[in-house]
Amino acid sequence: MKIAIASGKGGTGKTTVASSLVSVWGAPLIAVDLDVEEPNLHLFLNPEYTGARTADMEIPKVDSALCSRCGKCSDLCQFKAISLMGEILMTFPEMCHGCGGCLAICPEKALTPDIRELGEISWGRIKTNEFLMGRLRIGEAMSPPLMRTVRKQLHGMMNAGSLDVSPKDVIIDAPPGVSCPAINAVMDSDFIVLVTEPTPFGVYDMKLAREAFTPMDIPMGVVVNRAGLGNSEIYEYCKASGLEILAEIPYDRGVAEAYAKGTIIAESSGAMKDIFLRLAKKLKEKADLPKNPGGAS
Amino acid sequence: MKKIAVTCESPSLDAQVDPRFGRAAGFLIVNPETMEFEFIDNGSSQVMAQGAGIQAAENVARSGAKVLLTGYVGPKAFQGLRGAGIEIGQNLENITVRQAIEKYKAGGVDMATEPNRMGHGGMGGGRGQGRMGNGR
Amino acid sequence: MIEILVISGKGGTGKTSLTAAFAHLARNHVICDLDVDAPDMHLILKPQHTQKTEFVSGHEAVIDPDKCEACGLCQEMCHYDAVIEKDGVYTINPLRCEGCKVCVAFCPAKAIDFQDRHCGQWYVSDTRFGPMVHAQLFPGEENSGLLVSLLRKKARAVAEEKGLSLILSDGTPGIGCPVIASLSGVTLAVIVTEPTPSGRHDLKRVAELCGHFNVPAGIIINKCDLNDKEAAAIEAFGAENGFALLGKLPHDPAITRAMIEGKAITEYTKNGFTGQLTAIWEQILSLAKANKQVVK
Repeated sequence: MKIAIASGKGGTGKTTVASSLVSVWGAPLIAVDLDVEEPNLHLFLNPEYTGARTADMEIPKVDSALCSRCGKCSDLCQFKAISLMGEILMTFPEMCHGCGGCLAICPEKALTPDIRELGEISWGRIKTNEFLMGRLRIGEAMSPPLMRTVRKQLHGMMNAGSLDVSPKDVIIDAPPGVSCPAINAVMDSDFIVLVTEPTPFGVYDMKLAREAFTPMDIPMGVVVNRAGLGNSEIYEYCKASGLEILAEIPYDRGVAEAYAKGTIIAESSGAMKDIFLRLAKKLKEKADLPKNPGGAS
Repeated sequence: MKKIAVTCESPSLDAQVDPRFGRAAGFLIVNPETMEFEFIDNGSSQVMAQGAGIQAAENVARSGAKVLLTGYVGPKAFQGLRGAGIEIGQNLENITVRQAIEKYKAGGVDMATEPNRMGHGGMGGGRGQGRMGNGR
Repeated sequence: MIEILVISGKGGTGKTSLTAAFAHLARNHVICDLDVDAPDMHLILKPQHTQKTEFVSGHEAVIDPDKCEACGLCQEMCHYDAVIEKDGVYTINPLRCEGCKVCVAFCPAKAIDFQDRHCGQWYVSDTRFGPMVHAQLFPGEENSGLLVSLLRKKARAVAEEKGLSLILSDGTPGIGCPVIASLSGVTLAVIVTEPTPSGRHDLKRVAELCGHFNVPAGIIINKCDLNDKEAAAIEAFGAENGFALLGKLPHDPAITRAMIEGKAITEYTKNGFTGQLTAIWEQILSLAKANKQVVK
């Protein structure tokens, strides 16, 4: 089962929930950090790294001797990454979205693949669990290309086991927001956990997240973090929209201080561990239910 | 003498120089000896989601002009124009196209060695390309 | 024109709450909410729209079922897994479509339309703190930074029109294109962080991004009483790398209460916290003005 831990608003507790679930899950799983702009999961899980590599994207390289200046590539490119500037065919690598169109359309075979560095992918182990993360190069504007590469590697890891062993569960720490990075992180999952906080910002951004994710027909549930800190608007909204509240993590100064030390919250107290054990149990039960086309769980 | 492109707000020698390059209304392509001109609409750049400056540079390059006179040019447009061998005179505003050309002919316009405007950085500045950032 | 951008790297550090307070304290300014993905400033500022404009950007491919010959070439060529085939019928998933036009160009039946994408709305508004420029991207749309650039341009135009000299912007978490589009040419970036391992980790990345774009930055440590060691580590990082420490603020539950009442913290209470915040704002202003004098 693949579970994405997402939110609309940043800082609601995605990594807190993701790392805690990994801690109490009780069966071997793969923990993935897809918040490639600001990955934090490794700070809590402290994996033993077993490998790393740079991730690249294919961009066009021009052989001007073969280029006939027909301009087909320049006309096709929607992103102005390749441009016929008078008599010179120029590329602007940072604009490229890697669609492969120019390489495919060139009638002279004057374009060959070159690379743009996206960032780094690293992987390792936490006890019996596997770990995978991406880290975007600073200055690289787009996170989806790196996220796609990480997800491809994840599929490899998921299918690597022997056939008689059931596939490992996957827990994904997603980036905040509701635009393409968040969509990319949750799109292949079986269940989305929306982590929110009971404040006006939390409610507003959660509504956006629900709107963004609903077209994907993936069942969703809510975890309310810092419960008791704000007002009841979030509960009213969940009730009205049929969203199940899977767990509440009470606001507690002690929890905040544990988080500030890098402690996995499920390991900070018996009470917290119980909360996450119950959440994990509920999520595992979701795996056995038929998919609900409405999107709400 | 080489043809000169000037960003303009409307198709006339007495129109104001449009200080923006990428999203300028259009370009007047002028023969500086005869002062004959043609107008190139820059609408194709204005509607672009990204890369308006590059599209505008393409439009100028296609016109055959070898000199550009304008107000502000971002780093990618600058790169494109220089790649096409076009000289760039920047920081011109609050004057007419005619006045800009006369100034150039009199040697009163310094040709730019780097862009005078930060890009939008909409698609990232790469590793300190052009003028933006030192790269780390 | 002075442009101050409040960012954080990590989400949830208090960026928007503090920016709302600065918007209350500032004078002769335009307020800009550049977090077009998940904007929250309007929940406190309650803007009255004076201008509303559609944001149309990029395109999406749509297969015309009457012309489609189901050859599957679009699916083969699409780099984004955007083409879905079910029972021999091909459609394009708009959530995955990158708008690259490859399928449109290569379809042998010319069966694919390339339509404008209506991605969101942007507004010019009045608020009790001054004019505001903001937007809402429709959920799921690409946040390419274009809408951010558009808002900044509009904010500058409004400032010039009204003779105002300061633009105060609330930014987005992360380091991707919307943040990059917010940063270039900013007079001072104010990074709001928290004394936690995540806060420090993310601060370093966004601070490096500021350096990459030659934008001077200062740091506010919010919820500073959560962990003294982490707070000290952040102070040391700032000192070693030339980022001014603008201030340290303790965690104050009044911020949430103010948010619930739709008020900036400085409107809600005049306690020690708001006193500190006011002093921080004065420091931000003088640092920004000083930076403006420096010839680049």
